[in-house]
Amino acid sequence: MPAALINVPRKAKRGDVIEIKTLMSHIMETGYRHLASGEVVPRDIITSFSCRYNGTEIFRADLFPAIAANPFITFFTTATESGTFEFDWIGDKGFSETATASIIVE
Amino acid sequence: MPDQTTRRTFLSLAGGAAVLGVTLRPAEATPAMLSSAIRNVVGEAPVRTGKVRLDVPPLVENGNTVPMTVSVASPMTAQDYVKSIHVFNEKNPQPNIGNFYLGPRAGRAQISTRIRLADSQKVVAIAHLSDDTFWSVSVDVVVTLAACTEEVI
Repeated sequence: MPAALINVPRKAKRGDVIEIKTLMSHIMETGYRHLASGEVVPRDIITSFSCRYNGTEIFRADLFPAIAANPFITFFTTATESGTFEFDWIGDKGFSETATASIIVE
Repeated sequence: MPDQTTRRTFLSLAGGAAVLGVTLRPAEATPAMLSSAIRNVVGEAPVRTGKVRLDVPPLVENGNTVPMTVSVASPMTAQDYVKSIHVFNEKNPQPNIGNFYLGPRAGRAQISTRIRLADSQKVVAIAHLSDDTFWSVSVDVVVTLAACTEEVI
């Protein structure tokens, strides 16, 4: 059951630089581990993460197997207007999850 | 001769085990792979040292989750900002860790995440600035419990 945790300030002053913290639950199987029988466990990772602020992309990341399980990513943005942040995670085996958060800018 | 048979059997078994060991063991990213991964991102442009700060613990007990923060000294204005941050490693099976694309709206050129390290090694962060210059920093990390390649139980 995928679940996202998003931390965005509820309110901010116009022009403030705010921190956005995101976490998506995901195994991030590297594809380099093998079972005792020698079989390789196939790769299953999130390959791409992006964030849009009122429709405009403000942050994007390409992820590799070297990103730890349950990818936790934080970044900054300038609060320009009230609205919503949309987050997208895309990965192997058709993984695709979204989450949103809203902010009031005064 | 029972003696020779034993020796022959032993040798063939040992050889077989060695071959098996080699095929099962995933290849580590060699420094050559690291530099080619960096070349894939920067092209022919020179990479200078400085401006980038990579915060990662120097001694890591568990390589499965290593907190990491990369920050770049940049005013983050429309004229002078960080386009992207790229993080690489030396000895994981794959040299890439992550690519992070920012823009002038970020306000502060800083990202954090948690990474996996399969061995004690060098971690390299490279920043691509809006004037198309590249800046880098590398940090050595000692890892006691390796990640990525352990057996699934």
